Amino acid sequence: MSARRESGGAASPDAPAVPLGGSGRRRAAIGTAWIAFAAALIVFPVVFSNPTVTTIGVFTLVYMTSATAWNGFAGFSGYVPLGHAVFFGVGGYTLALVALHLKMAGGYAMFALVPLGGVAAAVIAVPFGLIALRTRRHTFVVITIAVFFIVQLLAFNLGFTQGSSGVQIPTPLWTAATFNDRFYYAALIVLALAVLVVWGIRRSRFGLQLLAIRDDEDRARGLGVKVQRVKLVGFVLSGVTVGMAGGIYAFFVGQVYPQFAFDPLFDVTVALMAFFGGLGTISGPLLGALLLEPIQQYLTLQYSVGSLYLIIYGALFLVVILAMPRGVIPTAGEYLQMRRARRVERADGRSPAATPSVEVAPLGRASR
Amino acid sequence: MSAHLEVEGVSKAFGGLRALSLCSLSVEKGSIAGLIGPNGSGKTTLFNVITGYVRPDAGTVALGGTPITSARPDEVFALGLGRTFQLTRIFARLTVLENMLVATQRKEGWLRSVARPAASSAEQRRAIELLDFVGLTRLASARAGTLSYGQRKLLELAYVLVADPSVILLDEPAGGVNPTLINEIRERILALNSEGKTFLVVEHNMEFVMGLCHTVTVMHQGSAIVTGTPDAVRSDPRVLDAYLGGGEEQDDDVAVG
Repeated sequence: MSARRESGGAASPDAPAVPLGGSGRRRAAIGTAWIAFAAALIVFPVVFSNPTVTTIGVFTLVYMTSATAWNGFAGFSGYVPLGHAVFFGVGGYTLALVALHLKMAGGYAMFALVPLGGVAAAVIAVPFGLIALRTRRHTFVVITIAVFFIVQLLAFNLGFTQGSSGVQIPTPLWTAATFNDRFYYAALIVLALAVLVVWGIRRSRFGLQLLAIRDDEDRARGLGVKVQRVKLVGFVLSGVTVGMAGGIYAFFVGQVYPQFAFDPLFDVTVALMAFFGGLGTISGPLLGALLLEPIQQYLTLQYSVGSLYLIIYGALFLVVILAMPRGVIPTAGEYLQMRRARRVERADGRSPAATPSVEVAPLGRASR
Repeated sequence: MSAHLEVEGVSKAFGGLRALSLCSLSVEKGSIAGLIGPNGSGKTTLFNVITGYVRPDAGTVALGGTPITSARPDEVFALGLGRTFQLTRIFARLTVLENMLVATQRKEGWLRSVARPAASSAEQRRAIELLDFVGLTRLASARAGTLSYGQRKLLELAYVLVADPSVILLDEPAGGVNPTLINEIRERILALNSEGKTFLVVEHNMEFVMGLCHTVTVMHQGSAIVTGTPDAVRSDPRVLDAYLGGGEEQDDDVAVG
């Protein structure tokens, strides 16, 4: 019994409170996979230098960041916001408007405005969160959508956002061959930041409190968790990261319009990516964005029908809901564990010394 | 001996339903007090008022002399008043150990809580100690959702203890639990009481209440009508009246929210 239970992530004193890996060997394998994944992302533009491919690369990184940040709040707290496009747009507009008023020429200095986009997103996220987080579940979803449309309407109508004509962003005078690479690596840095933040949250006491809120908010309150504060901090952190992704996106595209910077499809896309990969996991949203965003870009480029991907998305969404309601990563993880457990059982059966511990096996499996 | 938990003239109405009317109750320090009464008599609502889930229309609640009438649930818990629910409420998708750690109290700002790990080794040790106390240590890394009903009751008791509360409110600790486990829960309560912890217990199992509590209070239609030793309460005619006559049958499991 003991061997099987320990492989389920036993309570050794130095283990993280939220078990991430499991046994040492498995954790090493997961670590190696992460390093390989990071290395692949770093060398990608060197190997595939075709501008069309690197363009898709930049968009994919931006969506990987957004999905990771969205999931860092939604996946852990159980609250599903569909208004994160507000932060995406605010990040983009901040970069565009500051560059406009400072009369900046497009260059590396523009990247310094990306964190400023995050700050602006935080300024919006605090009142947004204070209002929306007073409600729960469906009401919360509806409120976030409503706030989103209000902000989009403001972008159309306020004087300083220049209405529906939007704001042009100065284009850097970089050589065409390496033009995309700089955006690619800037986006990669923001992505790394997003993953680190979410990973840190998951290990932290704050993350544990978010997970407790997901399971039973009122009970968490009764155990001393300051639920409003915890939810607000999670919401703002997530908004800041999405704001920075929006800044990179706007700079890369070279202009911001109300209907593109504040795009209702942004939230649907990001949520689908997180659901597809696995809500509440770290690798899930990355995988979701890595698969879905290139498909969208490819379909748009190949068939020059901008909305074809929506049909594909809809179909994919149905498949995920029907076949793997918890997403690819959790379902795959379960499948692997079941196979391993079966292998252990077979080994038990062969060795005459081992007695099959019938009443323990299901418990060990269920505890994962 | 002095009153540690003091409820004074508390009233609460939900629309036209008077759940509590001028209810008063005091629990001596270091005692085990029982709270009984027919369904709908306001026991759970009183618990919700004491723990800050429901704000009373009138009256005061004080813990060790400190008024807690308008405190939020997290503040009440931090002040040393823990509570279990009638239908056990645990964090089903967290492990048993993580459930324990949620209740760990720290005084730290939000930035520190984001930056610091979920539990120090001392906090983990304390959590394991309490799991030992209720006999759930071997399930520490199991998901709480896989526990049996009785085990959930024990887990709920254990994580309330994490913050070392001075008063513990138990809402039907013996409800739906097998006799062996009832005895186990009783022993735990007695052990904690001998360490000086004060208890207020709502329970329908009369044998359990009468055998465990030092004093018993009977509630009827939103007020406390009789308080006394178990023997005195058992023979009080008003109690028989409350249970056998009058009072509509209502579910007193008022939703918390």
